[in-house]
Amino acid sequence: MEGNIGELGQYIGVGLTAIGMGGAAIGVGNVAGNFLSGALRNPSAAAGQTATLFIGMAFAEALGIFSFLVALLLMFAV
Amino acid sequence: MFSLLQEAATHAAEHTEDAAAAVAQHGDAAAHGAEAAGHAAEASTGLPQLDLSSFPNQIFWLVVTILVLYWVLSKIALPRIAAVISDRQGAITGDLMAAEEFKQKAKEAEAAYDKALADARSEAQKIVAANRADIQKELDEAIAKADAEIAARTAESEKRLAEIRESAAADATTVARDVTAELVRSFGGDVDQGAVDKVVDQRMKGAVQ
Amino acid sequence: MATEAHGEATGLTFHPMDQFIVKPLFGDGPVHWYTPTNVTLWMAVVALGIIALLVLGTRGRAIVPSRSQSIAELAYGMVHKMIEDIAGKEGLKYFPYIMTLFMFIVFSNFAGLLPKAFTVTSHIAVTGVLAFAVFFTVTAIGFIKNGAHFLDLFWVRSAPLAIRPVLAVIEVISYFVRPVSHSIRLAGNMIAGHAVIKVFAGFAGIAAVAPVSIIAVVGMYAFEILVAFIQAYVFTILTCVYLKDALHPSH
Repeated sequence: MEGNIGELGQYIGVGLTAIGMGGAAIGVGNVAGNFLSGALRNPSAAAGQTATLFIGMAFAEALGIFSFLVALLLMFAV
Repeated sequence: MFSLLQEAATHAAEHTEDAAAAVAQHGDAAAHGAEAAGHAAEASTGLPQLDLSSFPNQIFWLVVTILVLYWVLSKIALPRIAAVISDRQGAITGDLMAAEEFKQKAKEAEAAYDKALADARSEAQKIVAANRADIQKELDEAIAKADAEIAARTAESEKRLAEIRESAAADATTVARDVTAELVRSFGGDVDQGAVDKVVDQRMKGAVQ
Repeated sequence: MATEAHGEATGLTFHPMDQFIVKPLFGDGPVHWYTPTNVTLWMAVVALGIIALLVLGTRGRAIVPSRSQSIAELAYGMVHKMIEDIAGKEGLKYFPYIMTLFMFIVFSNFAGLLPKAFTVTSHIAVTGVLAFAVFFTVTAIGFIKNGAHFLDLFWVRSAPLAIRPVLAVIEVISYFVRPVSHSIRLAGNMIAGHAVIKVFAGFAGIAAVAPVSIIAVVGMYAFEILVAFIQAYVFTILTCVYLKDALHPSH
């Protein structure tokens, strides 16, 4: 196993792909933060928008999950 | 996509076995190598989620579970919960309506009470007024009666007073005549009763009146 | 492979993915489509749990609900309101299906958090079937209800004519990515959470870091409880959104 340059490349690739999860984290944080700042300005409208909040978070998170999936595929399936 | 995965999986499997063999050849941990090989064989692709050989099994049991759940939920559970919730809703609405009705009744009762109170008050006023009128009437009557009586008595007394005065005057005239006649006689005159009376009466008229 | 190499160096053994292996319940034979496996066992647990809550829990039919009946009514009310708010009154026709999906996912996620448990929703095969079932059902409903007008979904009339074809391409791609993202999101969250817990638990083998590792496992576990519910909620709410697109395709 040691000294296999292909494996080295594979693990570096996996690590790089995992950075994509950070992007998703930023995105989800952005969604939640903006929701919160909006909700604090107009708390009465916030209750009706929680569904939208979760949908937005789900979409932002999905792309991070894609990078996680690619990382898993690189790690185990390639 | 699945065929791609399949290809990747077989490729990975070969790869793993190669690696395991390499570890075994290394010879520093034969037992560990065997374990690793066994582990590799167990999960042929490394990631159990991509082990296509288990897919039919999972999908079959998933479909069975979902169908059972769908049947139970749509036939038993959800209608029951819906019935319970609508029952409760009905009970709450019924209670609210009953409360509203009671409120209405209370309001009506209050209005009736107020009306009765007002009626009683006006009735009392009426009775008081009527009594007052009665009393006034009685009083008036009594006053009138008393006045009449007083008038009658006054008239009577005046009459009697007049009578007394008249009789007193008559008495005085008789006495005067008698006295005059007696005087005349005692003076030795002849008494002409008629002339004496005339003279006395003339004098008396002036005296009495 | 990487974990084994790591294990050799430190004396630790990490097999974070072993918890997802599908094994026959009896013996060691190959996994045929009919073999009773741990998938079967945990799906049965999930199904019995749902039946216990929704059927046995509500058997009192009380006006003033018992504890389990309140939970059942809460779940019912939540999914019912979700469909009504997002897909409208017509969406309520599909309420039993969406309720089944929600209950199955939420129970699987929570059952997977039990120690030694197997998480059925962590398998792409399972979530993929659920997501593709939603995708095909919704597409069929869209075409049956609206006919060719369903294609208005891809032809954005509020945009200028010049960029409509570009938008149409993007809309079509995003439409067909839906089932993939729908299924991968759920499975990915479950795999990631459980694997992270397993990795932290693996560090407990070193006495010096064991307390930190245990605290980390507790923290992750609490986070996973949140994720377990949120992912079921998100799966359901996205199903409602797709259903809304099928029922009212014009933007």
